[in-house]
Amino acid sequence: MRLFVNVTLGGIAEGLIFASVALGLVLIFRATNIINFAQGAMAMLTTFIAFSVLGRGVGYWPAFVVALACGLLLGGAVQLVLVRPVENKPPLNAVIVTFGLLILLEGIAGAIWGNTNRSFPAPFSERGLVVGKTSIAFSHFDVFIVVAVLVLAGLIGALFRFSTLGLRMRAAAFAPEAARLLGIRVGRLLTLGWALAAVAGALAGVLVAPTSVFSPSYMDLILVYAFTAAVLGGLDSPVGALVGGLVTGLVLAYVGGYLGGALEPIGALVLLIVVLMIRPEGLFARPTARRV
Amino acid sequence: MIKLPPLPAWARLPRQPLLRHLLFAVVGGVFFYLLTQSLSDFNDFEIGELAVYAIAIAGLSLLTGVNGQISLGQGAFVAVGAYTLAELQVHQPMNLVLELLAATAMTAVVGLVIAVPATRLHGPYLAGMTLLFALALPFLSDKYSNFFGGDQGLTVPPPSAPGSIDPQKWLTWIQLFCALVVMVLLANLLSSRFGRSFRAVRDDEVAASLAGVHVARTKVIAFVVSSACAGLAGGLLALSSGVVNTGEFPLSLSIFILAGMVLGGSGTIFGAWWGAVVVVYLPSQWSQSLASTFHFNHLLSANFAVIAFGAILVVVMLVAPSGIQGGFRWLGQHLVTLSTRPEPTGNISVALQHTTEPDQTGDSSAAEQLPSSGGR
Amino acid sequence: MLEVEDLSVSYGAVQALRGVSFEARAGQVTAVLGANGAGKTTLLRAISGLVPVQRGTVRFGSRTLTGMAPESIVQCRVGHVPEGGSVITELTVEENLELGAAWRYRRRQRAEHIEEVYALFPPLKERAKQRASSLSGGERQMLAIGRAVVSHPELLLLDEPSLGLAPIVTANLMAVLVELTEREGITVVLVEQNARSALSIASWAIVINLGSVVVSDRAEIVAADSDLRHHYLGF
Ligand SMILES: Nc1ncnc2c1ncn2[C@@H]1O[C@H](COP(=O)(O)OP(=O)(O)O)[C@@H](O)[C@H]1O
Ligand SMILES: [Mg+2]
Repeated sequence: MRLFVNVTLGGIAEGLIFASVALGLVLIFRATNIINFAQGAMAMLTTFIAFSVLGRGVGYWPAFVVALACGLLLGGAVQLVLVRPVENKPPLNAVIVTFGLLILLEGIAGAIWGNTNRSFPAPFSERGLVVGKTSIAFSHFDVFIVVAVLVLAGLIGALFRFSTLGLRMRAAAFAPEAARLLGIRVGRLLTLGWALAAVAGALAGVLVAPTSVFSPSYMDLILVYAFTAAVLGGLDSPVGALVGGLVTGLVLAYVGGYLGGALEPIGALVLLIVVLMIRPEGLFARPTARRV
Repeated sequence: MIKLPPLPAWARLPRQPLLRHLLFAVVGGVFFYLLTQSLSDFNDFEIGELAVYAIAIAGLSLLTGVNGQISLGQGAFVAVGAYTLAELQVHQPMNLVLELLAATAMTAVVGLVIAVPATRLHGPYLAGMTLLFALALPFLSDKYSNFFGGDQGLTVPPPSAPGSIDPQKWLTWIQLFCALVVMVLLANLLSSRFGRSFRAVRDDEVAASLAGVHVARTKVIAFVVSSACAGLAGGLLALSSGVVNTGEFPLSLSIFILAGMVLGGSGTIFGAWWGAVVVVYLPSQWSQSLASTFHFNHLLSANFAVIAFGAILVVVMLVAPSGIQGGFRWLGQHLVTLSTRPEPTGNISVALQHTTEPDQTGDSSAAEQLPSSGGR
Repeated sequence: MLEVEDLSVSYGAVQALRGVSFEARAGQVTAVLGANGAGKTTLLRAISGLVPVQRGTVRFGSRTLTGMAPESIVQCRVGHVPEGGSVITELTVEENLELGAAWRYRRRQRAEHIEEVYALFPPLKERAKQRASSLSGGERQMLAIGRAVVSHPELLLLDEPSLGLAPIVTANLMAVLVELTEREGITVVLVEQNARSALSIASWAIVINLGSVVVSDRAEIVAADSDLRHHYLGF
């Protein structure tokens, strides 16, 4: 029972991290039909930049802000320079470009910071909270993860739901041509969408780094787990990304907790295969989903 | 649209695709035989690797360039083939030909398991799934390290050569022979009914299914053929590296193969060879000489190949998506256009096109035709 | 006044428009008629900048629209109701109208202009908070037109608004169009395959065939010419 509770709690924190990356994937996918395979590597880069900033002796929070700000800039720049030219090409071209970017960024980070494992600090204690007399596998830092992801998701959700800018962004994503006829500058909004998605990624980057080995490839598995989460959620629903992230986090936590950590990636693969076989449109797809 | 001046009968290539492909294979075989005869052992090794990567790249090229799907984990399928061959040698040694066939078949089956769910939907599902597969596979050998030989991996003795033939040369010939056979088979597949369905699905799934092509099945077949190629390449790679462990098949192997395909020219069989040259020589010889010329620090030299392949993927895709082979075709067509004046075709739309956009149409139509004519 | 001069458009090898010229007067409906594939949609798309123009110019009032991006052309007070309406089905009726007004009006002013649209098309008001995907065909056309007129355009381009609608619904729609044109003095370009209803409200009509203007005359004359009707308009 104790193991079950601890594994569940771990799965929730982990799952929200997947959700954050998945949210970025979904924001981009529903606007451009592109999966950004570089989403994890971009987060890795912004986290390494924060790591360098930390090395200068400034505190955690300025470095945290730097990471998110760099995410915003990097996301926008990637869209403008690399993605825009392939937007109207076959979808494969975009896959190859974003995958190439993934490798390129990892190579560059390796050349600057080395491929050895570093350690990235956490702003709060990573020791388990004590409930009653027993200590549970949920730390202050895990609380921070939960709060940070939910706040960011809430902000992005509110932007889309309640602001005119968000309404325009939704229109640009759903019906680019109709949006242009309503005076919406679709191109700019796509850039903004990539920038926001990269902020969600950058947040995940700094949240994962303290709890795992920190090297240029540390986001690789997180990316594919987030992909699994996004597919589970239907690939075009932000709420689906959150729920998909939680489900994926929990499933992988149970696999890891009861069958051994080495089986987590295999568990994700099985989960993805099962989802695609049973409910290929995901749990939260819009009614106009893209069935074959 | 441009009529070439007729060649004399003796100078024309055979019309029959099989004959034509065999002719190419024989010419290639003679070329490589002479090459191995005139070069040292170490070069033999690299020529063997070249053949192996050409197989893996050609398989991916069929999947991506011809059928319009993508695998980000071709390296993982190579690993499946390599482990299959190694396990067979450990547990159930048999004839080398059978072992290679088994490696191919086993990988095809794994490919089937991955492809069936992913191809049920449009879009990038297969890409994400193969990436997950590539990242997950090494963990399997960690978990079951007794079976997979743990970190040391499994050793694979080189095949014994008949008579007094140098074992390295013998192995290289085996690899080259397999590569040429695969190329002939793929070229025939591409000029068959299947090749046409592959392209039809790539160009427009809806139109293809209206034309009676079973879209999902076609995609699965392409994926299985592509994995089978990777599996054979894996078996051959195991023979030349002598040991099979997870370190031999990092994610970067998948990336190198993908970059080789993109750079060589996706969807073309010759392109697979250009790509293989880059995959074999760039990480080793070329990056070493660049590193010593430009005094890279050790971090940069350690990451140079990865950076280079990443840059290749991005830049080629943005600037010249039809790759090296596309460049050759373009050159070829332009030389032809320069030397022969286009004859009036009597086709109104073509004539209009030429009068309104004299420059663009030539280039773009050439570029668009490239990936579709993979069989030659 | 809209002036289109010598407009040519091609899609690769397909020459969709071959030197089309016509004028549409302010405060009047100009009908653009022609068979399926004649190039009517292409004409509207070229005017509002959605397809690149090969040759020729489009002027509206004192402005030259050719070469401008669609989102800038909208700001010259040009409203375009595309073929099929293309309402954004994922958004609610009200959100669709909000978007139509958003480029021109601040948030507080929008409500009042949206109310005007509701007055014009009462069924929309009942469904304000519903997703546009739940609307019927006629309601979708109302929404598409409402979304274009909520920002009070001076030029309104309509692409087959009657497509797939019952005759009575079409008649209502045409009545609203007439009301709008007279009240606001807009220039309306009405593309229709349903020539009869279009001619009933138009002052001028042009007929396009294979990308060229073959007839340009007063609407009554076009309607009365039985040869012409038979040949190009199919009634
Ligand atoms: N996106 C496109 N690509 C290629 N050809 C097109 C495209 N859109 C229209 N066409 C062609 O242009 C011609 C005119 O089409 P269109 O303007 O839609 O005609 P209409 O609206 O009068 O039915 C037709 O021959 C059509 O096939
Ligand atoms: Mg039309």
